[in-house]
Amino acid sequence: MSADVQLDNVWVQFGDFVAVRDANLTIQGGEFFSFLGPSGCGKTTLLRAISGFQEPSQGRVLIGGQNMAGIGPNHRPTALIFQNLALFPLMSVWENISFALEVKGVDKASRRKKADELLELVALPGQGDKMVNELSGGQKQRVAVARALCAEPEVLLLDEPLSALDLKLRQHMRTELRAIQQRAGITFIYITHDQGEALTMSDRVAVMREGVIDQISDGTTVYDHPETAFVASFVGENNSFSGSVKTVEDGIATVETPCGVFRARTSTVAPLKAGDKAIVFVRPEAIDFLGSTDRENVVEVTLTQQEFEGHFWHLVLHADSGAKIRMSVMNDGKRDTPELGSRVSVGFPILSAIALVSGELAAD
Amino acid sequence: MLGAVALWIIIMIVLPQLFMLDFSFRNNWQQIDPSKMGGPEDVYTLVNYHFLAFGSPNNPDPFNVVDVSVFFRTILAAVFVTLFDLALCYPIAYYLAQAAKGAKARLLVLALIIPFWVNELLRAFAFRILFGDEGTINAALMGLGLIEQPIDFVRENVALYAGLGYAYILLMIFPIYNVVESLDKNQIEAARDLGASWWKIHRRVVIPFAKPGITSGCTMVFMLSAGALAAPQILGGPSSLWFTQIIYQWFNTGSNWPRGSAYAIVLMLTCVLFVLIVMKIFKVKIGEIGR
Ligand SMILES: Nc1ncnc2c1ncn2[C@@H]1O[C@H](COP(=O)(O)OP(=O)(O)OP(=O)(O)O)[C@@H](O)[C@H]1O
Ligand SMILES: [Mg+2]
Repeated sequence: MSADVQLDNVWVQFGDFVAVRDANLTIQGGEFFSFLGPSGCGKTTLLRAISGFQEPSQGRVLIGGQNMAGIGPNHRPTALIFQNLALFPLMSVWENISFALEVKGVDKASRRKKADELLELVALPGQGDKMVNELSGGQKQRVAVARALCAEPEVLLLDEPLSALDLKLRQHMRTELRAIQQRAGITFIYITHDQGEALTMSDRVAVMREGVIDQISDGTTVYDHPETAFVASFVGENNSFSGSVKTVEDGIATVETPCGVFRARTSTVAPLKAGDKAIVFVRPEAIDFLGSTDRENVVEVTLTQQEFEGHFWHLVLHADSGAKIRMSVMNDGKRDTPELGSRVSVGFPILSAIALVSGELAAD
Repeated sequence: MLGAVALWIIIMIVLPQLFMLDFSFRNNWQQIDPSKMGGPEDVYTLVNYHFLAFGSPNNPDPFNVVDVSVFFRTILAAVFVTLFDLALCYPIAYYLAQAAKGAKARLLVLALIIPFWVNELLRAFAFRILFGDEGTINAALMGLGLIEQPIDFVRENVALYAGLGYAYILLMIFPIYNVVESLDKNQIEAARDLGASWWKIHRRVVIPFAKPGITSGCTMVFMLSAGALAAPQILGGPSSLWFTQIIYQWFNTGSNWPRGSAYAIVLMLTCVLFVLIVMKIFKVKIGEIGR
């Protein structure tokens, strides 16, 4: 029904270029697993290695414990939903959906029946006789899911299928996909460069950077306990302060940065020691004006920009060192924010900040 | 713009054809009695069409056996050449459009195009050498010990079919290539991912998509081979006639333009009708060809 997928030292190279570097992971049967990473980091390539369109240059792909080497995409228990869906424009909706059965030589009546069942599953009843180009974006998306499910895959691979949809529809389809996954009870491997998508839908997320998997955790862990500077800067908004570690005590590092000396928790996975280059990360919503509560880590700043977004004020601050700091303040309707250009003190608690080994940051 | 196109079509296509049509319904007064031309006896007549169907009045057969059978043989042979070209060119076009990359593809295109710098006559004579009794192919086959006696490819019309087929491969390859090139590779991969064999992928995904290209390629090859003259003249076996050769004889040695016109018009109309029927059968709309 659902199979686990195991990547064992998988490398994919195109000539000298390494698109995937030493991927090692196990995706459990029935899991909703996402690969999250910026454009060009090798997500599609990894998915193609799992589906069989791309043989790894090294390493093994195992599905349900079986080594997939030399097994073509048409013989793997996977189905791939392409980045552009790739529905067949000259076939009707139901023919698209039941294509996997047609290939197996199933008779027309049974194919039609199965297609209608799947249309129910993806909440498109009675649309079987339409042509593909008569559907809306979200409907096409669902037909693509139904078509893939019709092959009765043990693992469904989805390559950014929602990227072409508008925000509203995308949010709706997220819930829908998650529901379909639970109903179908199979493994979903989902690719996206949209972190909101990855965090809301997945049981676990693998964050990728230039062919390397940086971290594999569930959504909250990725957000709250990043293990690398890249993950911290890629997932969600984060302020970063580079510096060098003075001391590390009981999981709390003291880091000297141009903006001041900050104390922050360290990652158990990537521990720091005195003398290391490190970056302290603080989320905008963890920073507040001084005085409302006591703050350990304090910075003197000038308010240079502010944006009102209903339930939040988004402020841009500049420290004396020139560093730009973003801060978000919940709008409780009582507080006035300071005037533009005024000097204020802001701070953040130790446990809301994390110090990580210095490394490449995600591009803004 | 539209006016210019209309003018072009009228001057280049419609007017000359109308003259031909007019000719075909007249007696050949030029030879019978030039003085009667334009006179009261110069009226429209079906005599030329009648001749094609039934021959001269003292023909003992119920119909014009020679001309009519040559006519149908020509159509049949043109169909055969078309199918042969399709079978040959579809894989090439597919390979060029979807599989070959960069330098390899360019090289293949050059290899396809450059031979056509050699003009038609020269190419036809070269095929004669290739397929002749002492030609390259016979020499190779005999050298390999596969045959004792040279095969008479010319008499068997193999040379003619090969020559005609080769003459029009580009007209088959490029329309198909054009369409298949615009087919999203992901469609092919999606079909494969869903378990389709190569045959099934082509039958259900590539060929339906390529249908407009296949149709325009087949139409052109069929029309041109049915209307070819040089290749049948040079490569045809001694006993076989192409219908165009009969037409040519009426115009040229026979000095009978009206009869030649009638024959040519019958050939043209039959070809057009045939193409339309085939398109109807395969459910291709005429507008799709232009795409
Ligand atoms: N067939 C190929 N030949 C050479 N390089 C390739 C090939 N396919 C992918 N690459 C390279 O590998 C890298 C990763 O590509 P991939 O398509 O996996 O990125 P991605 O993470 O899916 O990006 P996106 O989010 O934009 O879809 C890119 O730099 C790309 O140029
Ligand atoms: Mg991609």
